[in-house]
Amino acid sequence: MAVDTMTPVQAKARAIVPAKRESQFGLMWRRFRQHRLALVSLWVVAAFYLVAVLAEFLAPTDPSAYSARYTYAPPQGIQLIATEPDGSWSFQLHVNGYKTEIDPVALRRTFVIDPEERIPVQFFVPSKPYLLAGFIPMSVKLMGVTEPRAPFYVLGADRLGRDLLSRLIHGTRISLSIGLAGVTLSLFFGIIIGGFAGFYGGWFDTAVMRVVEFIRSMPTIPLWLGLAAAMPKDWSALQTYFAITLILSLIGWTELARVVRGRFLSLRTEDFVTAAQLDGASDWRIITRHMVPSFMSHIIAAATLAIPGMILAETALSFLGLGLQAPIVSWGTLLQDAQNIRTLATAPWLLTPGICVVVIILSMNFFGDGLRDAADPHGR
Amino acid sequence: MSTLLTVENLSKTYVLGGGWFGPARELAALTDINLTVEAGETLAIVGESGCGKTTLGRCIIQAQKVSKGTVTYHPKAGGDVELTSLNKRQIKPWRQDIRMIFQDPMSSLNPNMRVFDIVAEPLRIHKICKGRELEERVISTLEKVGIPAEAVGRYPHAFSGGQRQRIGIARALVLDPKLVIADEAVSALDVSIQAQVLNLLEDLKAEFGLTYIFISHDLGVVNYIADRVVVMYLGHVVENAPTEMLFERPRHPYTELLLEALPIADPLRRKGRKTEVRGEIPYLGNRPVGCPFHTRCKYAQDRCRTEKPALRPINGTAQEAACHFAETLDLKGAYEDAPAKEFA
Ligand SMILES: Nc1ncnc2c1ncn2[C@@H]1O[C@H](COP(=O)(O)OP(=O)(O)O)[C@@H](O)[C@H]1O
Ligand code: SF4
Ligand SMILES: [Mg+2]
Repeated sequence: MAVDTMTPVQAKARAIVPAKRESQFGLMWRRFRQHRLALVSLWVVAAFYLVAVLAEFLAPTDPSAYSARYTYAPPQGIQLIATEPDGSWSFQLHVNGYKTEIDPVALRRTFVIDPEERIPVQFFVPSKPYLLAGFIPMSVKLMGVTEPRAPFYVLGADRLGRDLLSRLIHGTRISLSIGLAGVTLSLFFGIIIGGFAGFYGGWFDTAVMRVVEFIRSMPTIPLWLGLAAAMPKDWSALQTYFAITLILSLIGWTELARVVRGRFLSLRTEDFVTAAQLDGASDWRIITRHMVPSFMSHIIAAATLAIPGMILAETALSFLGLGLQAPIVSWGTLLQDAQNIRTLATAPWLLTPGICVVVIILSMNFFGDGLRDAADPHGR
Repeated sequence: MSTLLTVENLSKTYVLGGGWFGPARELAALTDINLTVEAGETLAIVGESGCGKTTLGRCIIQAQKVSKGTVTYHPKAGGDVELTSLNKRQIKPWRQDIRMIFQDPMSSLNPNMRVFDIVAEPLRIHKICKGRELEERVISTLEKVGIPAEAVGRYPHAFSGGQRQRIGIARALVLDPKLVIADEAVSALDVSIQAQVLNLLEDLKAEFGLTYIFISHDLGVVNYIADRVVVMYLGHVVENAPTEMLFERPRHPYTELLLEALPIADPLRRKGRKTEVRGEIPYLGNRPVGCPFHTRCKYAQDRCRTEKPALRPINGTAQEAACHFAETLDLKGAYEDAPAKEFA
């Protein structure tokens, strides 16, 4: 960041003083590490995003492949040890098959796990060719069954006999990326608008702050609902995805603009900024080289804290049928399947996306709190 | 001696409030300041906190727009540069000649930049040199102020207050300036460190042939370093005199008041002295008419409340004061035991 050239004497000087040359981010990381919960949350969040990136590889089956034979099939549970009828046992990764029973009261067909039938499970099974993350051609999946038509429902199946685990994994990609895209968009507008307002002040600052206050004083949920409802129904999946991102950032940028403006305002009068002015530095140099680096950590913390709200909003909108629509798979559209109590009684596993939402929201918040505390240990 | 800088009729008014609601209030931080800075001297600007010293320094170096008046720089090569009429681009070359040292050693150094880059920044901005040459210049400047080459890779927080101030001095001097404005450059430091930094400033002045405008509220420090002293009160220059004359026999009652509060090292002399300046400073927004000092002056007459005294040489000496009775009042200097000498 601050180094244009590394010259021999400098290099020598730096080699002599290793312990003390700690950047702002070094300091921040050290303080962050002491925050246990935040550290654990960081790993959880990282794991979720890894799942999102590797969705095609991790999902055992195609998320939209259906099979009427296995409507609401319960979770199978992966077994490690196979026991033979004669009492001997061996290590063998497998799942059990299903057999159907007719419920004598409800006269409904239900699945039960059949311990007799063993379906072997393998790592790195060959599959139909696909593009990982949309551009890496691959033809192997992390885990799967080798028998072509054998059922493999680790987390159970939905109404159409689609694999919930695969759908959940693909939904993770959509839900998490929409949060990230929304925050990126918010960050873009927030930094530019807030930066201008804070650096130059004057009437622009006043106007921007009034707009921000106005937007923030509106109740979010009805606003989102209204905007989402106004979205044309014939839009493609991609169009809705971007529209929802835009709707979420409409509110998101205001908070970030406020943070950025506040930092600019307080930094503008710092002596080291005056010093840069008196050095003859241009506004651009002052902003990018002297001001932004000293509140980058605050921005990152604020942005992190804004992501969970976006994820939650997307989930809520989609759950209500106003956000993303099938065939897009997101946590919100998955939870739509779990809307009525009868379905829940038959297939409670359809609630797993809800658990994911809770876990990621909590982790993101703990992680963001940790970042914020680490960025500004004396602040607030 | 030649004149290096001239300040003429300089005024600065801050406009407070004045948003969409409510009327704006004006605060006259500086009123009609006239002074010159001679090449090679150390000119001190003193006064209580809030009297406008910092504002004056910032107006001189064009960190702030002046409301009225001019600041003119006279480079050695000849010609007059009216700094107040230049735009950002035009003033840039002159920023090499006039530099500033800041009060707060904590906030004046960018916490995210290594010391090397902090001191190299002005050289890079003015594209004076790069590569080896840049590095040698930065390191030799830092060594001159007492920061060893091994430390240049560190961030400012690894240094003590005194060391940080030295880094700030190196940043000011790396461009080989002519005039350095030091705003309370030692006020934030421990007394023992103050002396070191003051000595350093003295040495550097001789080595680089510098001129200082030394802003301070501490008359003890000023007595130590300054050749000439400008005393400010409520945004006015009330006295302007060579240091020795001022301390020997002040010509303005406000200067006397300041000297009265000056702690004297010798305990015998300190007897009966107050250590605080008495009286309340009036709010700048409702400035008294007449002599700005009349609300606190023990010599005030009716005339003082209506007529503003002009700054003028006293009895034809180099000492100037803005008091109606400057010629006749017998004011106490810093050395009360010694009889006041006449500088006639
Ligand atoms: N940016 C500003 N806006 C409004 N008022 C200011 C500003 N800077 C200084 N002032 C006011 O101007 C007066 C002089 O301040 P300053 O020059 O900092 O005095 P000193 O350096 O002698 O303590 C004070 O009353 C102060 O409150
Ligand atoms: S003019 Fe009057 S009020 Fe002002 S300093 Fe002189 S005696 Fe005091
Ligand atoms: Mg000041």
